[in-house]
Amino acid sequence: MSMVVSSIGQGLLWAILGVALFLTFRILNFPDMTVEGTFPLGAAVTTAAITRGVSPFLACLLGFIAGALAGLLTGLLYTKGKIPILLAGILVMTACLSINLRIMGGSNISLLGKQTIFSNHFLESLPKYFDSVFVGLVTVAIITILLMLFLQTELGQAFIATGDNPTMARSLGINTDSMTIMGLMLSNGIIGLGGALISQSNGYADVNMGIGIIVIALASIIIGEVVFGELTLNQRLIAVTLGSIIYRFVILIVLQLGFSTNDLNLLSAIILALCLMSPVLGKKLKLTKILTQGGSRNAK
Amino acid sequence: MQNKPILSLKNIVTTVNSGTPSENIILSNLNLDIFSGDFITVLGSNGAGKSTLFNTIAGNLAITSGHILLNGKEIAKETVEKRAQYLGRVFQDPKMGTAPRMTVAENLNLALRRGNSRNLTLRHLTSHKSHFKELTSSMSNGLNTKLDVATESLSGGQRQALSFLMAIIKKPELLLLDEHTAALDPKTSFQLMEETNKTISEQRLTCLMITHHLDDALKYGNRLIVLDKGKVVFDVAGPEKEQLTKERLLSFFNDLIEA
Repeated sequence: MSMVVSSIGQGLLWAILGVALFLTFRILNFPDMTVEGTFPLGAAVTTAAITRGVSPFLACLLGFIAGALAGLLTGLLYTKGKIPILLAGILVMTACLSINLRIMGGSNISLLGKQTIFSNHFLESLPKYFDSVFVGLVTVAIITILLMLFLQTELGQAFIATGDNPTMARSLGINTDSMTIMGLMLSNGIIGLGGALISQSNGYADVNMGIGIIVIALASIIIGEVVFGELTLNQRLIAVTLGSIIYRFVILIVLQLGFSTNDLNLLSAIILALCLMSPVLGKKLKLTKILTQGGSRNAK
Repeated sequence: MQNKPILSLKNIVTTVNSGTPSENIILSNLNLDIFSGDFITVLGSNGAGKSTLFNTIAGNLAITSGHILLNGKEIAKETVEKRAQYLGRVFQDPKMGTAPRMTVAENLNLALRRGNSRNLTLRHLTSHKSHFKELTSSMSNGLNTKLDVATESLSGGQRQALSFLMAIIKKPELLLLDEHTAALDPKTSFQLMEETNKTISEQRLTCLMITHHLDDALKYGNRLIVLDKGKVVFDVAGPEKEQLTKERLLSFFNDLIEA
C-alpha cells in the first residue's frame, strides 16, 4: 500500500514537469531540451538558498525565477539569435550544468536537518508518503487551474495561435517571438519550481538529477493522450497529471518484476517509445479496439 | 478618384539573397498608388513579382530601397505585426490563414483583435456569438453551423471563407487577396469569389487581388494592373477597364513574352 501511495505522490510531483512541458511541446509545438538544465537549476537554487537560511517558500520562488531566466535565454537564442530550438535548448542545458555546480558549490547538497516545505506540522502529521501526495496535488492543481484560465485569456489565445499557425498569428498582429519567449519562460519557470519541490521531497539536490527528465515529462503527456484519447484543451491538461501517475505505476510494476533502479532511464525511454509508437503498434496488433473498450471516444 | 492615395509605393526595389551569388531583384523601381475604394485585380506571369509585392506591402520582405506610405505615413520600417493593424490578408493556401486546432469562433475572435494588444482579460466568445453567427451566415457554405468546430476539420472552401471573414471582420485599410480561390474547386471558387465581390462593394473595402484568371481579373474590380519583371507595366481603371477585352489582354501578355 505504501508503495502505491508513494507512486501517487511521485506522480503528482512529477506531473508539474509534464504540465510545464505541455506548454512548449504541445502548444508551441517544439521539444524544449532546456528543461534538463532548468530542473536541476531550480533544485540547485532552492537547496542552496535553504542551506543559507532562506525560507523554503521563498526558495521555491527563487527556483521558479531561475528556471524562467534560463527559459528566457533559450527563447532569445531561438528567436533573436536564430539558433534552431533543439540546439538552443541543448546550449542552455549544457551551460546550466556548470552554473548548477557553481550554485551548489559541489555536485550535491543535502537538506538533512534543514527546514523545507515538508517540515511543517500538518504535513508531518500525515501518514508516510501522504505529504508528497498533498504537496503534489495542491501544486499541480493550482498550476493547472491557472494555466487553464491563462489559456482562455486574449493573451493565452494569442499564445495558442502562435504554436498553431505562426504565419497567421503574425498577420493578425501577434508578436510570435514574444509569445515563444513567454512560453519558454513560463514552462521553464514551472520546471524550476518542480525541481525545487522534488529536491525538497528527496532531501537533496544533485547535479545529475536532470538527466532523462524530458523523457519522464513527455511520458506523462503521451501516456495521458494514449489512454484518454481526444479531449478538449483543459481535459488534456488534466490528462497529463493522470498520465504522470500511470507512468509511476508502470515503473512500480517494472521494479517489482525485479529490475534495478539503475535501469530506470532505460525503462523510461522504452515506455515513452512504446507510447509514441502506439498508433502504429495499435494498428499492427489491432490493439486500439481492445484498448478503447469502455467508452473512450478515441475509436479511430 | 481622390487625389490622396491610401497606400503609395514609391520606387520600390526588393532584392532577395542580396550579397550572395544568387542575388535576385524581384521588384525594380515599382510605383503604385492605391486609392480609397479601389478594387484592383493584379495579373502577371510567374515570377513577375506579384507575391513579392504582397510580401513587401505586408512587411514579410524588407525593401532594399523606396518608400511605402500609408495615408502619407512611412511604414517601410514597420514589422509584419505592426502593419497587421492596417492590413487584412488572405493567403492562397487554405491552411495558411487559420489556426487548425482552434475553433471557428476562436479564430474569428483572434481576428477581431487584429493589431490590438493582447492582455490577460478573459476572451468573451459567448458575447460575440451572435455577431459571428451573422457574419458566417453571409457565406453560403454552412460555416455558421460550425462555430465550435476545430478549423482543421473544415473543408478547404470553408477554411478559405473563414480566412476571408477573418481578414475583414475588423475593417482593414487595405485587403490583400493572394489568389484566395485558386486552391478550391471551380464551384466553391466561384461562390467565394462572388461573396468576396459582394462584401468588398458593400463595405467599400480597398482591395488588391492577385489572380491568374483573366476572366476574373476583367469581371471583378474597378482597376486592373499587370506586373512584369518587377514593375507595373499596365494600369487601367474605370470605363477604360470596362472596355478591356480578354483578347486585348492576351495579346498584351504575348507581347510581354516576346519582348
